[in-house]
Amino acid sequence: MAKQNIELIVNGDRYEVAVEPNRMLVDVLREDLGLTGTKIGCAQGDCGACTVIMDGVSISSCLTLAVEAHQRDLTTIEGLATSPQELHPIQESFVQHGAVQCGYCTPGMVMSAKHLLDNNPKPSEQEIRQGLSGNLCRCTGYNKIVEAIGAAAGKMASSAKEG
Amino acid sequence: MAMPEFQVHQPKTVEDVLDLLGRHRSSVKLLCGGTDLLIKMRAGAQTPEHLVSLNRVAGLKTISYAGGDGLVIGGAARISQVGKTAEVRRLYPGLAHACSVMATVQIRNMGTVAGNLVNAAPSADTAAPLLAYGASLVAVERGGRRQIKLVDFFTGPGLTVLEPGEMVEAIRVPDVSPRSGSCYLRLSARSKVDIAAVGVAGFLNLDLEGKVIRCRLALGSVAPTPLRCPEAEQILEGQTPDEKLIAQAAAACVRASRPIDDLRATAAYRRAMVQVLAQRVLTQSLDMAKGGTP
Repeated sequence: MAKQNIELIVNGDRYEVAVEPNRMLVDVLREDLGLTGTKIGCAQGDCGACTVIMDGVSISSCLTLAVEAHQRDLTTIEGLATSPQELHPIQESFVQHGAVQCGYCTPGMVMSAKHLLDNNPKPSEQEIRQGLSGNLCRCTGYNKIVEAIGAAAGKMASSAKEG
Repeated sequence: MAMPEFQVHQPKTVEDVLDLLGRHRSSVKLLCGGTDLLIKMRAGAQTPEHLVSLNRVAGLKTISYAGGDGLVIGGAARISQVGKTAEVRRLYPGLAHACSVMATVQIRNMGTVAGNLVNAAPSADTAAPLLAYGASLVAVERGGRRQIKLVDFFTGPGLTVLEPGEMVEAIRVPDVSPRSGSCYLRLSARSKVDIAAVGVAGFLNLDLEGKVIRCRLALGSVAPTPLRCPEAEQILEGQTPDEKLIAQAAAACVRASRPIDDLRATAAYRRAMVQVLAQRVLTQSLDMAKGGTP
């Protein structure tokens, strides 16, 4: 199978990679770019562990061909923190609220939370739960996750006001 | 299971899509959201040698509404985009509901309404509301274009009248007259992520005296294809609906259904729920229609 040269724009960085057309975006992110924050759970679009943001919307990178992400704008969990010292408010809130148990679903949960808050900065609890409906936590630690996202929304809204 | 090998083509125009479909006729599939196709391919259930992606075709994602003409949903328009469109929410609430609750956020961001129809699952959530709104598909092939009524589109589970070499360019939904109401309700065990066990969609248009001018009822997940319920529609047309008539129409919906027992529900439960959901759908549609403008 002939490889195709593609350009991936991930977290603002440009990568040129040669990939077989049948490779999934999540595999290229993890194996070729070394961005292993994005996880593989079910590999069929049910669990949300592989959630990334492409052109502003959350998608399952396990169901996206890498060649289809050519020159698209991608954000992965590695792109959220503004600096190595400072986490994104959603990540910070997950830490403070104990919203991480085994941690495997966490990157996907955070990316879905980011997509939710980008589109709805003041979600109700029900809207948070609906926004996470494509992300499974096998530890079943949903309540802490929902609380963390609600608190992050509040913080982000007040810092936006101050800013 | 490992992904089989294939080539991906990324044309920029519908003409190029059709050329590629023709050139690789023996083993080709259209790719858009990929949320059904790529899973089937990884399971070995589909093994096309060529995938023609619609994701870079200009203009195919457009969703537009014009009074009189109705709604046009581009062949590559995402489910979530359709669900968020203001006119869809206002005038076609059954479709908006389907597009807001089916599958998951990520899948709705990736998958398309056209793909949901073309995959032709008996449970396809957008099918029942689109049947209730009297939708048609615009199918194009090299040198031709035809309009297919959605009611004539499905022929069996996973099967449609679409010919090899044809693609769905758009979905056309007629405009909604004043004094219309509509609704789609679905039941599933978890309410999110999982496939509907029963879905019922309805559309009612009333005259100035409150008589039904037009009624359409459609069911999902209770037959080999999504289907309309002509007998139930005729019970209501020309009448002033009341509780008794609504119950009779719902019973006709049950008679139109041909459900099976499967892991999602028993046939008996599905029949019972068609009755309940059809009554609720008609009651809500009637309330909305009486409210004047949809």
